[in-house]
Amino acid sequence: MKKIYSVLVENRSGVLCKVAGLFSRRCFNIDSLAVGETDDPAVSCMTIVSSGDKRTIEQIEKQLNKKIDVIKVKTFDETASISRELLLMKVKYNKSNRRDIMEVCDIMKAQIVDMSKSMMLIQMCDTSERIELFINMFKTVSIVEVARTGTLALQKCNETEQTS
Amino acid sequence: MTGADAIVKCLENEGVEYVFGYPGVAICPFYNSILDSSIKTILIRTEQNAAHAASGLTRVSGKPGVCAVTSGPGATNVITGIATAFADSIPLICITGQVNSSLLGSDVFQEADITGAVESFVKYSYLVRDANDIPRIFKEAFHLANTGRKGPVLIDVPIDIQDAEVKKFVYLESVSMRTYKPTVKGNMVQIKKVVAELSRAKRPVICAGGGILSSDGEKELLAFAEKHEIPVVSTMMGIGVMPTRHPLYYGMVGNNGKPYANRAMNESDLLLMVGARVADRAVNQPDLITNNKVLVHMDVDPAEIGKNVGPSIPLVGDAKHIFEDLLLQEFTCEHKEWIDTLNGYRQTMAPKRNPDPAYVDPAAFITLLSEKMEDEGIYVADVGQNQIWSCGYHIVKKGRFLTTGGMGTMGYSIPAAMGAKLAQPDKQVVAVCGDGSFQMSMMELATMRQHHVPVKIVVLKNNYLGMVRQFQHYNYADKYSVVDLSGSPDLEKLSSAYDMKYLRLENMEKAAEKIDEFLRDDESVLLECIIDPMDLV
Repeated sequence: MKKIYSVLVENRSGVLCKVAGLFSRRCFNIDSLAVGETDDPAVSCMTIVSSGDKRTIEQIEKQLNKKIDVIKVKTFDETASISRELLLMKVKYNKSNRRDIMEVCDIMKAQIVDMSKSMMLIQMCDTSERIELFINMFKTVSIVEVARTGTLALQKCNETEQTS
Repeated sequence: MTGADAIVKCLENEGVEYVFGYPGVAICPFYNSILDSSIKTILIRTEQNAAHAASGLTRVSGKPGVCAVTSGPGATNVITGIATAFADSIPLICITGQVNSSLLGSDVFQEADITGAVESFVKYSYLVRDANDIPRIFKEAFHLANTGRKGPVLIDVPIDIQDAEVKKFVYLESVSMRTYKPTVKGNMVQIKKVVAELSRAKRPVICAGGGILSSDGEKELLAFAEKHEIPVVSTMMGIGVMPTRHPLYYGMVGNNGKPYANRAMNESDLLLMVGARVADRAVNQPDLITNNKVLVHMDVDPAEIGKNVGPSIPLVGDAKHIFEDLLLQEFTCEHKEWIDTLNGYRQTMAPKRNPDPAYVDPAAFITLLSEKMEDEGIYVADVGQNQIWSCGYHIVKKGRFLTTGGMGTMGYSIPAAMGAKLAQPDKQVVAVCGDGSFQMSMMELATMRQHHVPVKIVVLKNNYLGMVRQFQHYNYADKYSVVDLSGSPDLEKLSSAYDMKYLRLENMEKAAEKIDEFLRDDESVLLECIIDPMDLV
């Protein structure tokens, strides 16, 4: 079972290490992790995608809540959230495949953000699955390097939700 | 006022009487400032024992014990003591000196990343970067350590911060942390569910863990158990929640517990697990405590509930408060037959021993010792076979039974007994260890002598690391590996080297007289008991 944890934490040094350490020590998986400041500079938001059985998922939430630096933990399914990931990918191209590459980018709504005579840098912002699919489309092209941010996610808009 | 002065002032504000520790350059400003205070310092002989001594003090005084050690090796040495306190949920404040802030991260002499190293063994840790934060940090640290699920808190203070000027010292009355609000009172809806189950139950049992002692809820538990005649068993950390010979108490559960205690737990139709982790030594087959029964798990730490076993009714809160609320509920809970059945089990399932009369029988000796101890005496058991015998045969009257059930750290008993004795000097304090565990802490005989801490020590001597030897006996067909303790010191000579009275018991014949002599005066005595090397628990 895949779950997304949106964890608000005190923006202090060492907090990332404490949270990551908790996952490794208790043998919880981290599929992806993204950290950034929120609108309040004293608060960071960690978006952690993890998977496990029902008990593990419950334990992750409880153990996160137990951490003194954790302000709030929201747990949700992928279906209840909007999630996005950013991909940057550098590929080699030549005259014969340049059109194809541009066409795939066009279909998948990716952008070419930088270029040289033999390489181009592609950016794509989408769900993890579509990014996966996009990278697969390039298996026949020579990929130079790939960087992905990990998933960011927020719960879908819900009128009953309180502002924090 | 310097940072070091501020630290001392914080400790004074918290009513700290003793600091256990070992100085080094990085903690010298603190040890300089403490000379101007009424707080007494105890020079322990190795840092690990500073944490154990603080733990012993905490457990009998209810206030977090404090230890203060230097950077680098001082700090890393104390980790085992911190981890022991963490596993047993004992609050401690551990102050470590640290290298100069400007040198942090450059691997200079005696630098260790102690906050990083202890991360998984502390409730929380601080690295002080500004001396003006000291009052807030200490206030928070004491609050964190001694509320909710209790535990150790470490404060790492670089030497320049200890020397820095503190502009204004204000020690706040209360703490407000947006991220930390432990649940103390149980949810009333859940309590009503428990009451409904209790009125239906035919075979209820309470399994009491260390959480009852740390919430100071023994009285409430006793009142509740007596009011509804509910049988009580305990985990190792829960020993002492009720007098051992109380008719409703059926002993310790688990691998090394009483067979009838396990049977009571497994055959119950309603099990109230209170302040216990349901770890493997207490419950080695979790399905036995969930099958065909309603399991109520009460704990102040929500993460414990459902971690090792899924309960039918989770109830988050402090044991004392929950029992107070349960006592206010009026209901009837009838199960006379069940009590009769359990009393039958107690009669027929008592473990039988065939001790060799050529030696001291540890079981009979421990029972006799505890009968002769003062009613409110404090008994500290070490780790090994001695611990299992102590758990099985020590009779708690109105006193305390201290041991480390979670981490099982050898050498715990002597320093912990010292801490307990300093906290309650009018109480009789006896540490019982084996010859292995004694040698892990025997350097503290010097501390006892220097600071006049009259702890009584029993060494059950069998020249083996008995618990491991027993494991090798059962699992490796008596192929003993690295368990022979030949080379151990002559304890009579050792006692005289430390000006300590020495007594020796070779069999049970003179046991009563020897124990009387051992307990008679408020002085340190070492009683060596020669036990059968091949004995099994």
